[in-house]
Amino acid sequence: MLKIENINAFYGDLQALWGISFEVNEGELVALVGPNGAGKTTTLRVISGLLKPRAGNVRLDNRDLGKEDAHKIVELGISQVLEGGKVFTAMSVLENLELGAFVGRARKVRDETIKWVYHIFPRLEERKTQRAGTLSGGERQMLAIGRALMAKPKVLLLDEPSFGLAPILVEQMFEMITEINKQGVTVLLVEQNVRAALELTNRAYVIENGRIVGQGTGDDLLSFESIRSAYLGDCNA
Amino acid sequence: MLEALAQNLVYGILIGALYGLAAVGLSLVFGVTKFLNVSHGELLMLGGYASFWLFALWKVDPFISLPAAIIFLLVAGVVFYKLLFGRMVKLAEGDKIQNTLLVGFGLSLILQNLALQFWTADTRSITTAYSGAVFSFAGVRFPLVRVASLVIAFVLIVALQLFLRRTYTGKALRATVENWEAATLMGIDIQRVYLLSFVMGAALAGVAGALVAVGYSIEPAMGMSWTLKSLVVMVLGGLGSITGTFVGGIILGVTESATGFFLSLTYREVVGLVLFLLVLVFRPQGLFGVKEG
Repeated sequence: MLKIENINAFYGDLQALWGISFEVNEGELVALVGPNGAGKTTTLRVISGLLKPRAGNVRLDNRDLGKEDAHKIVELGISQVLEGGKVFTAMSVLENLELGAFVGRARKVRDETIKWVYHIFPRLEERKTQRAGTLSGGERQMLAIGRALMAKPKVLLLDEPSFGLAPILVEQMFEMITEINKQGVTVLLVEQNVRAALELTNRAYVIENGRIVGQGTGDDLLSFESIRSAYLGDCNA
Repeated sequence: MLEALAQNLVYGILIGALYGLAAVGLSLVFGVTKFLNVSHGELLMLGGYASFWLFALWKVDPFISLPAAIIFLLVAGVVFYKLLFGRMVKLAEGDKIQNTLLVGFGLSLILQNLALQFWTADTRSITTAYSGAVFSFAGVRFPLVRVASLVIAFVLIVALQLFLRRTYTGKALRATVENWEAATLMGIDIQRVYLLSFVMGAALAGVAGALVAVGYSIEPAMGMSWTLKSLVVMVLGGLGSITGTFVGGIILGVTESATGFFLSLTYREVVGLVLFLLVLVFRPQGLFGVKEG
């Protein structure tokens, strides 16, 4: 469904991604894990069109997204949740969700989608008239994901959804992501919380210094020795 | 004494409404695009001359010709944006502010000199049959034209507020103010949002200019002073608050006329800048602005 081929991306003169290739199949929950600064967020930005690569292709259902503007890519079915959620703090929860359904295709079915999002995140319905700036960190993250779902994406890109959350909330957050995936949304998840991400996903790719250095099922990677020692703090491995 | 003070207060409120209207335009553009358009005052001047010439050449009533002034500035806004400002959209934030400042200065000089060339340095104003009409209340005089201008300014602010709160496009504008990346990821074409906010800002300047031409007077060199006043009011009111900015305009108008009354007319123009510095030092989010929540 989503195919990334030989992406080279730069920030100014600094190369951030070196020939990244991977794919996400329909209905999958795939994780992209790796240390801070490895290029995880950059990869998501390339897919969503916020950053245009110097070389390589991003394809959604075989359609080349290379020439499309970021706002058009949302219309085509990819929604990205930025790290920290970046909800519109001056607006109400409901207004945030309404903006999520900005693209024509999603606007038509807005009211149904809102019910669906409230079903996944009941907390958002309780808070719907509240200003998003008054929400807690966990609620903001829920709102950011709910807002992205309002666009009825084929693929949902999540950037560090566990970032800054208390451990108990992290677990809940991952349960909700699994639920969203079960409801038919393909998910590409970027995480520094490697163990949790690997336990959750069908498949994962490991990225380091802008290159894909490993891939496999979540379980495979969990037993992979270098991963255990590098990311899981497991010295006995 | 008391009557004279009240009279001053009323004049302050009346001119303040126009400061507010001009500043809301500047603030809207700055909030959305992060362009500080220092040629805003010249756009206002263009609106004033549009109204003036429509009246001088074809006797079109200045209140009836307001839509024409708006359309003229909408078109001028599109031209200036496409030709100049739109090219800076993709720059990094710091470069964007610097470059648009320079472009704005250049444009303001060009427009000022073109106006001098074509329309001479004469001070002009529109004198209609009802220009002298005044009604009095408790000994205080209310010039009809200026009161009408205040009402128009108020109606426009309310309409703008409704547009920003109720419509999808308005919400897209507010979203872009907060975070353009997040807005883009909603599927909002922020290039179009930038253009829209820029031309709306130009149109608001145009209306303010037309109202200045009928209630006060215009000249080619008026722009700089209006840009400065708008800037003061924008900071006073606080970014992101339309009503706050409008009220800020009235506060500046009243402060100016009170200064003229109690101190001397010499300090009238300075007091706004003093206010500007005080707000920046003690309440940088503006009187009505909210801190990041």
